[in-house]
Amino acid sequence: MSLALLIEWSLKSVVIILVILGGFAYLTLFERRVLARMQTRIGPNRAGPWGLLQPVADGVKLIFNEELIPAQADKVLFLLAPVITVVPALILLAVIPFGPEVTLFGRSYYLGLASNVNVGVLYILAVSSIAVYGIVIAGWASGNKYALLGGVRSTAQMVSYELALALAFVGPIMLAGSMSVDAIIEGQRHLWYVILQPLGFLIFLIAAVAEINRAPFDMPEAEQELVAGYHAEYSGMKFALFFMAEYGKMIAVSFIAATMFLGGYLGPFIDRWPLLGPIYLFIKVVALLFFIVWLRATFPRFRYDQLMAFGWKILLPLGLLNVVVTGVIIVLVGG
Amino acid sequence: MIPLSWYILVSAALFSIGIYGALARRNALAILMAIELMLNAVNLNLVAFWRYLTPNVVAGKVFVLVVFAVAASEVAVGLALIISIYRRRHTIAVEEIDMMKW
Amino acid sequence: MTIDLVLFFGLALIAVVAAIAMIASRNAVYSALFLVFNFLTVATLYLLLNAAFIAVVQVTVYAGAIMVLFLFVIMLLGTERESIGGRIRWQMPLSIVLGLALAGELAYVLLRNDIVQGPLADLTVEFGSPASIGRVLFNEYLVPFEVTSILLLVAMIGAIVITRKQREEGK
Repeated sequence: MSLALLIEWSLKSVVIILVILGGFAYLTLFERRVLARMQTRIGPNRAGPWGLLQPVADGVKLIFNEELIPAQADKVLFLLAPVITVVPALILLAVIPFGPEVTLFGRSYYLGLASNVNVGVLYILAVSSIAVYGIVIAGWASGNKYALLGGVRSTAQMVSYELALALAFVGPIMLAGSMSVDAIIEGQRHLWYVILQPLGFLIFLIAAVAEINRAPFDMPEAEQELVAGYHAEYSGMKFALFFMAEYGKMIAVSFIAATMFLGGYLGPFIDRWPLLGPIYLFIKVVALLFFIVWLRATFPRFRYDQLMAFGWKILLPLGLLNVVVTGVIIVLVGG
Repeated sequence: MIPLSWYILVSAALFSIGIYGALARRNALAILMAIELMLNAVNLNLVAFWRYLTPNVVAGKVFVLVVFAVAASEVAVGLALIISIYRRRHTIAVEEIDMMKW
Repeated sequence: MTIDLVLFFGLALIAVVAAIAMIASRNAVYSALFLVFNFLTVATLYLLLNAAFIAVVQVTVYAGAIMVLFLFVIMLLGTERESIGGRIRWQMPLSIVLGLALAGELAYVLLRNDIVQGPLADLTVEFGSPASIGRVLFNEYLVPFEVTSILLLVAMIGAIVITRKQREEGK
């Protein structure tokens, strides 16, 4: 491995992490503004023009918050849990390409970290299945029964909806005939998979929203029942890390949905100007993020037993049906 | 260049640790975990043998996948048994579970 | 000393230490987490062996599903602490002797006859891809594959029946 390649990869990794971190900061503002509009409020608009400095103010406030470690807590795991929660959100984007190959200063660059690996989709599943540990550990290590209940709840929820998530991925994999993310994007050159896989896309969206614990599936944080769920005992920067993980996962899920079902970086004139790729991807991701925020403003929270019943009795069979129907159609059409 | 036997040594070490755990621990959950560790050691062996001896036959990987399935089902049944025993006896220490012994 | 060698020694050391820590810790939650750590390290060893598919499946199945189940049950039962000193006195020393004996035997057999030292065959990019594994799995190993699926089904039904029956008797 040459030095130039090493530098290129390090730079790409830094850029991806910056995308998530910057995205996290401004996604909080975006969500608050959009929610406020939907509820005929104005939202934060005091800090800077249009409230653009609000994330900075929030960050400063959280840094100066008192760091509290409960006496009952398991100290090591209590400190480790926020870190374990953040890492999956940061590394999830490694297999997502941000654009086609571009040539800059006489060298061609590949806008993505490892999108050509032949287990790309499985990597996404593996990382998202690791994400549950942070929540479980946080719930247990807090030494608080509400936190523990929140942790146990979200474990069950995430494990259940992971199955539907995996089944939703099978459709695009079958259509593209490959598990490489690049091949899946290439397969959507003429037609996005959301048109061929409407049910798969729907299942993916529902399962993904449940997987990242967003409303209407934000059971582990149901304030009325659980105080604040698994992060009830966390304050200051440790709480900020949980917050960052939630929003980071939101961004990552939007990237994945855009890539698997909405054609990724593809769009008109992409062959002429490859640099349009990241812009197309960005537009799609923002649209999906808006959709997730819209969901939060629209739906009331599920009851816990309804949530589990929905996951196992409706979403999972539908996912299986989608796989079978897709397979039969591919065989009949001769894909 | 890493010799094959080094991989197998690591795997043997993991397997021996697993054996010790399965014999020495008294928590049924810990024993189940030790058994998982042993299965994992076997998998490492299978993958190493595949890579070094028969890289052109995918069989080694297929065996690993079968071991995954066996491990998953074993854990499902094992944990179900532990839950059911806990409900009845309020303990999962293995020497306390001696209903079958006179 | 190539980078492969450094990686291998580091990973092997971490894997073994994590396994020992898993056996040694009295708290079942710590045991489970050390085991997860061990699984992740072994998955990285698989990557070193050019078995990316197996590595990713290892993370998904072991770390993502099996160990989460373990943690779930530990928390549900609230039995993470293990009391020191069991009823059977000779259990611990005997286990140490037996474990060391097995390790010694294995090491002796391995170190006496070296198996393969030669250069590794080059792998093509396509090799070991999910597609090639699927092809073999569904052609040559179709019957074992189906038997495995039946095994999983039986395990699933078994787990449901075992945990359910108890609840009805309790009523």
